[in-house]
Amino acid sequence: MSAEHASMRLIDDYARGDTQLPADTLWALESHLETCASCRSRLADSVTNEAPGLAALVDTVRAGLEPQLDAAVQMPSRLRRPRWVSAWLTPAMTPWLLMTVAVTLIALLLDAAGLSGNFGGASPLLLIAPVLPLCAVAASWSRGLDPAYELMASTARAGLPLLLRRTTSVLAVVLPVLLLEGWLTGAMTAAQWLLPSLAFTSTALALGSVVGVTRAAIGLAAAWGVFVVAPAWAGGPSPLALRLDQLPLWGLLLALGTGVVIARRKAYSAL
Amino acid sequence: MTPALSAADAAPKTYAWEIRATGLSVRAGRKKIAVDGLDLSLGTGAHGLLGPNGAGKTTLIRALATVLRPAAGELDLFGSSVGALADLRAVRRRIGYLPQEFGYYKRFTVREFVEYMAWLKEVPKADVPAAVQRAVERVGLADQADQRMKTLSGGMLRRAGIAQAIVNDPAVLLLDEPTAGLDPAQRLRFRELLQELGREACVVVSTHLVEDVAAACSDVVLFADGKLVFQGTPQDLAAAGSPEHPGDSPLERGYSALLHNSEQQKGAW
Repeated sequence: MSAEHASMRLIDDYARGDTQLPADTLWALESHLETCASCRSRLADSVTNEAPGLAALVDTVRAGLEPQLDAAVQMPSRLRRPRWVSAWLTPAMTPWLLMTVAVTLIALLLDAAGLSGNFGGASPLLLIAPVLPLCAVAASWSRGLDPAYELMASTARAGLPLLLRRTTSVLAVVLPVLLLEGWLTGAMTAAQWLLPSLAFTSTALALGSVVGVTRAAIGLAAAWGVFVVAPAWAGGPSPLALRLDQLPLWGLLLALGTGVVIARRKAYSAL
Repeated sequence: MTPALSAADAAPKTYAWEIRATGLSVRAGRKKIAVDGLDLSLGTGAHGLLGPNGAGKTTLIRALATVLRPAAGELDLFGSSVGALADLRAVRRRIGYLPQEFGYYKRFTVREFVEYMAWLKEVPKADVPAAVQRAVERVGLADQADQRMKTLSGGMLRRAGIAQAIVNDPAVLLLDEPTAGLDPAQRLRFRELLQELGREACVVVSTHLVEDVAAACSDVVLFADGKLVFQGTPQDLAAAGSPEHPGDSPLERGYSALLHNSEQQKGAW
């Protein structure tokens, strides 16, 4: 660090340990040695030359310890969870995310089995895509499903930023899967479901500031099931809500939801 | 290495009491008022919160931890009113909280769990590893730090819980039944830790074990049916009892005398 180094005489005295060094000199020397590699190497030389007794002692101890050190088994190192993962995802969310992905796969299978005829011509995948991210979002901010909620609710980070983090990580997993499957089946274009699913997510967060995110998500998904999926199942025409000309309405809902979330950003400090 | 001081710790104290409640009422659930018009001031030191089952101890601690909002009255933490604060972050950064039954992620190791809590409490990133190691060592879990939470015994879990509560060097530390599940030797060690923490922070320990209070607390708060019955030193509590009151130790006799006087004890239990 500093341009000043300890004199060879000082280092020799320190290595021999027989001359009484003043306490302040000793402290200064030791703190310098901690940061200066070249002085440490000079000290090592000095120990071998000036204090052969000490060097021999250290060697004997080393020789005595060596067999024991070799015998000691290294702890098997476990795959450590990187810290950024727990910042974005909680273990409580993982099963819900996996379930969501599994549901998309089932819808994909139904689609492949040619069942789309039962849904008024709409692909099953398309019917569930808008509300699918909601189940994982609900699980990410729920009292009942997150065992650590009581601990989390009292911490500084509990609040909208943490909720948004978790929502983002849910979307980052679910949306690419849906995109890929939509592209594979050719049953739906991204424009048809991407905006509705974002609109649903933002509405769930907005309603969540009043009734709780879990309740809001369940309510929205149920409403979607009753008003869109059930009529299609019953053999009705292709759902109106998923036609491309409805996109401005979905955009409006997304903007509205986002606006409410921003306006009520203080209301999220408890789960 | 000494932990780095945060700006909030280094700033001059502008409040008289860490915790100050005036006419505080808190609801448990939708209807039941569990804390009813409480006036309480707590400063630095270890405060034992005593009271029969159902007295509202847990509800009070949850309100102090800012998990529950006050239904009425004022609650001031570090001199600022919790009800009026739109942003609780600054207050929450300085709180440590161990709930009575705390949930945790079973697959986390002790270290990962305490690290995660440190992250949630916004401990500066560079200080996290040292703070976690220190907290884990203080509760005597250094050897088990890399074991998963699900492999721990009940007493070790409690200690992991205490470790997460103290990882941010809180100025207000709230412990709800921390000695449940600890064996006698661990309880002795815990009392030492409590005395140590009580020198610098305002520690509130809810318990129904009178002897824990006698051994580790500088101050006793007796609480029944959501109301304050008594606040004073353990000696004052002992002095309140006389030989005709039920109990095996002076403190227990004082406890039953005060509860009897306030006519809060109903039925045989």
